[in-house]
Amino acid sequence: MTSTDSQPFLSIKDLKVHFSTEDGVVKAVDGLSFDLVRGKTLGIVGESGSGKSVTNLTILGLHNPDNTKVEGSIELDGEELNGASEKTLEKLRGNKMAMIFQDALASLSPYHTIGTQIGEVYRKHTGASKQEARARAIEMLRRVGIPQPDSRVDNYPHEFSGGMRQRAMIAMALVCDPELLIADEPTTALDVTVQAQIMDLLKDLQQEFGTAIIFITHDLGVIADIADDVLVMYGGRCVERGTKSEVLRTPQHPYTYGLLGSMPSLEGPLDVPLNPIPGSPPSLLNPPSGCRFHPRCAFADKVEGGRCAKERPLLEIVDGRGNACHLTEEQRREFLDTAARAH
Amino acid sequence: MSSTTPLLDVSGLTKHFPIKGGFPIRRTVGAVQAVDGLDFQVAEGESLGLVGESGCGKSTTGRLITRLLEPTAGKISYRGQDITHADRKGLAPIRSEIQMIFQDPYASLNPRHTVGKIISGPMEINGINPEGGREKRVRELLEIVGLNPEHFNRFPHEFSGGQRQRIGVARALALNPKLIVADEPVSALDVSIQAQVVNLLQKVQKELGIAFVFIAHDLAIVRHFSQRVAVMYLGKIVEIADREDLYENPRHPYTRALLSAVPEATVDAEPRERIRLTGDVPSPINPPSGCRFRTRCWKATEKCATEAPPLVQVEGNKPGHLTACHYPETEATIPAPRLSKDPEAAA
Repeated sequence: MTSTDSQPFLSIKDLKVHFSTEDGVVKAVDGLSFDLVRGKTLGIVGESGSGKSVTNLTILGLHNPDNTKVEGSIELDGEELNGASEKTLEKLRGNKMAMIFQDALASLSPYHTIGTQIGEVYRKHTGASKQEARARAIEMLRRVGIPQPDSRVDNYPHEFSGGMRQRAMIAMALVCDPELLIADEPTTALDVTVQAQIMDLLKDLQQEFGTAIIFITHDLGVIADIADDVLVMYGGRCVERGTKSEVLRTPQHPYTYGLLGSMPSLEGPLDVPLNPIPGSPPSLLNPPSGCRFHPRCAFADKVEGGRCAKERPLLEIVDGRGNACHLTEEQRREFLDTAARAH
Repeated sequence: MSSTTPLLDVSGLTKHFPIKGGFPIRRTVGAVQAVDGLDFQVAEGESLGLVGESGCGKSTTGRLITRLLEPTAGKISYRGQDITHADRKGLAPIRSEIQMIFQDPYASLNPRHTVGKIISGPMEINGINPEGGREKRVRELLEIVGLNPEHFNRFPHEFSGGQRQRIGVARALALNPKLIVADEPVSALDVSIQAQVVNLLQKVQKELGIAFVFIAHDLAIVRHFSQRVAVMYLGKIVEIADREDLYENPRHPYTRALLSAVPEATVDAEPRERIRLTGDVPSPINPPSGCRFRTRCWKATEKCATEAPPLVQVEGNKPGHLTACHYPETEATIPAPRLSKDPEAAA
């Protein structure tokens, strides 16, 4: 790639995505900022409705412009995408940036062969002939590890197994060597043994091409496996950011901490009840005031003056590490340590 | 388990779904061998976990036990009574003792019924009038599962996913069952909610002494919830053992591969071994001969193709730890193929 490797390749600043619905305005993403450099993987973790998928659909410009208000800046390799014309976006989509979706069966057309669908992207962006596109499709299928790509290229999606469909979709996303790949829960619908294969494949391809990857998932285990940096989202905002080992080893935000604590592991102690986070995720139609996590937070009453319910905690990021919480550093250390000992 | 009659005794349980085809007369042209010769027991108050990947027959097994499906062959005994082909009448007294919790808390509750009606449904159907009336019992149940008893008259859509699953649990508890078959009870829920429901089920299991057949694909949750665990692959149990044994000393190559494939949310621990299984699970319409795992197994030989390995206590297993493999895993086993480019392992 280019020599600007340390420059952020993708830069999101104060992104806000609001949908108007019959019931009111849904603030799906509410002030999100992050950077991503080439060759790195950013894992975005969050529960359903935390805004992780909306963020990424917005980056690609796949939101419905009629009822969506997008504010803030999305800069891809120096080019502003928010407000860019459909023509500009069309040139970028599938070419410079591409996406892998969760449900491969729903994302592939049942009426067209795998080869046609992969080739279509390639032809659109390079103007290649049908024969060239077919050859390219075969090459891509081979690269993602589909056996006998020469004959498989003429199969329809229903003739592929779940893992193979996901591979075919990865092949389609990578056909133009995109520099940014957004993977939205690409392994959630797969079995663990196949999931391991797919993540392995993504890592290999990233090493080969230096692609920047945004990997969206709700599974912290998958994050531990694939991400370099982690961004934890809750209620449309980023609550914590850091490298993988920082976030997983020393979580700072009570939500991240709670998530890690509520998951059973393959090695932990037996016969101890899990430590769930009480309550349920917030409605984004009418989100809690102040910190959106405060109604479920075990430490909210420890902050003086009820600030958690009144004031939005700011996300201060120093050297890529930060969290949005009103707890002071000392308080945090004290509470989280006590909780860790009790666990 | 051995001295008294187990609560549930399953032997040779088989379910083949016929595939119809042909014209003009539709004949049976094949069969999906969803479940093929299962043997296991569940003791009173015990929780047995059934794990496996999609299509391994774990849900079919749950539906066979609850007799929502008719077994093709084999035998199911409940407290020593053969219920394999019991008719409606014969099942009636047992139905109240075996209950089920479903995966999808949105699909498994009738949207037009109030919570009160949903939870009292089983009592109505079975003509049970508890002391103090059904409404009182429903309020009690709501309390047990951690919902507000005042929510008696609300409808399912007013509840979140986790709360709905609690309603499903309350309904399953309504008749004081002895055995609950829970089919992926938490997999549709958010991570932070899963733990709430797992804790609830665990509380119910311990306090009310209910036996569970806990069906899930999440190995960590099964380890947390079940005393014994059975691993299924393509309609067969490949390994069954106490959870400590199974997770620390897996003897079947598939169990080992499955465990190694689970991504864990830790960065501290030294990288665990990761076994790369190639390919996908074969079709249950035409499963491989002999050992069904052989097509993906790195140790498979001629013998595996011709001879189906029996589920037995192989050498080195503790009592009750059964493995169906000709070449069980040992310390000095043939090294498994590793993931190719694991940067953590290389570092």
